[in-house]
Amino acid sequence: MKYMMLIADAEDGMARSTEEEQATYGRIGAWWNEHTTAGRIIEGHELQPSSTATTVRIAPDGGTTVTDGPFAEGKEMVGGYGILDVPDLDAALALAASWPGAASSLEIRPIVERDATS
Amino acid sequence: MTQRADVDARLEAVLREERGRLTAALVRILRDWDLAEELVQDAAVSALEHWPADGVPDNPGAWLMTAARRKAVDRLRRHTRYRERMRQLTAEATEMGAPIATGGPMGADDRLRLLFTCCHPALNREAQVALTLRTIGGLETAAVARAFLVPEATIAQRLVRAKRKIRDAAIPYRVPDASELPARLGEVLRVLYLIFNEGYLASSGDAGERRELARDAEWLTSLLARLMPDEPETLGLLALMRLHLARSDARFAADGSLVLLPDQDRSLWDQAAIGDAIELLARSERMGRPGSYQLQAAILGVHATSPAWRATSWSAIVGLYDALHRIEPTPVVALNRALALAERDGPADALAAIEPLASRLDGYHLFHAARAELLRRMDRGAEALAADSRALELTENPAERRLLEMRIAQAGSDRSGSPT
Repeated sequence: MKYMMLIADAEDGMARSTEEEQATYGRIGAWWNEHTTAGRIIEGHELQPSSTATTVRIAPDGGTTVTDGPFAEGKEMVGGYGILDVPDLDAALALAASWPGAASSLEIRPIVERDATS
Repeated sequence: MTQRADVDARLEAVLREERGRLTAALVRILRDWDLAEELVQDAAVSALEHWPADGVPDNPGAWLMTAARRKAVDRLRRHTRYRERMRQLTAEATEMGAPIATGGPMGADDRLRLLFTCCHPALNREAQVALTLRTIGGLETAAVARAFLVPEATIAQRLVRAKRKIRDAAIPYRVPDASELPARLGEVLRVLYLIFNEGYLASSGDAGERRELARDAEWLTSLLARLMPDEPETLGLLALMRLHLARSDARFAADGSLVLLPDQDRSLWDQAAIGDAIELLARSERMGRPGSYQLQAAILGVHATSPAWRATSWSAIVGLYDALHRIEPTPVVALNRALALAERDGPADALAAIEPLASRLDGYHLFHAARAELLRRMDRGAEALAADSRALELTENPAERRLLEMRIAQAGSDRSGSPT
């Protein structure tokens, strides 16, 4: 079963200048490696801050507009994602719960698999 | 017609007991909730066709399982992806034969799996409640809707969404392992207690289905206690529900108004039920893992075994509330502790204990009602009247409203009758 794990946080203390933030970053790296090696994370990336985002909107009549910023401005912004391959939702939730970053929210969304048999 | 009605009633009773078990086994084998429910429904229809002529079979559960399996064969023959599951279904149905009604190989664990899946934290609370009542409690969608005073389409929609999420997000069908069990069991118990309270707090004027929810919840909790006999909080919750139910005849006056604990006619309490619940509670306490439900039941147990309000051991109750407040440091627990304190040490001490809760409990009608009661006892009538009026603004429950209106009217007549 494949899921997308969207990782969001408040995007405020991401300067990673302090030692503490460096340590967190290190733990996240080790965590990511562990689960990638075990095959639970197929791929994923950290994203540049939402200030670098651009949104293209396609209107019902097909017209397009381009705006600066993410889909929706909120307190928490998606800062990274991973594609998980685990047996079921409980396994995905357990993986997400072990995320080493503090003050984060992780959304788990099942991926539509066209060749699924059940 | 009478014969048909009689069969309906018996079938309903059988379905109540067997539906959850049948659904649970079919969900496990077929991994398809809708299909499982359809097959249970088909089996019920088939029973309605045969039982009036043939009589209700000795083992109706096994009969229903066999009928469901036959319907499954009819429906799934053409679906190759179900072939392996059908083989398993046939094998298990054969192997089971008779023991379905007494708890055969597919009995207990499947219903436990089903219950934990229905109450999975990835589903919202309303969906958990509807799924639990529908699939394990065996209530029809329409009955769930009437009990919760919402349109049937709303409940149907909740069930559809929840089942879709279970399937699409792959919410597993299993009993959580030891490391997750405390949190997950807590979630199940919260759902069961919420269902209980919906029924228990319903007033005598409410629909029968609404009041029946308390019995439904008690039945579901007793099922869980049978399936997981070593979990003290489950036993605690069951004892708590039974202690409440044992007093239900004394809770309403003839005119439908609510009678509070101090004023209840204790001769109407079911002493045998109280004795059983106390024994159950003692069993949970011997397991040495105290918890919130056990403590709440213990508090109610002190009341239930006191011959009169005035004879209540308030020190014991305050002590139990202290223990409860350590586990669950909420303002509502603090409020209830203060009310016990009022009986032990007097209303002034209790009032001093609840005043700091005002900011957090301002929207809670029972806070104002309790405050009114304490003020009245301290002869501060005008303030009591204001607090009762505030409580009245905050509750919609008809029985509670009638009680508060009575108090307010009483205060008004006292004042007009007294010299100024």
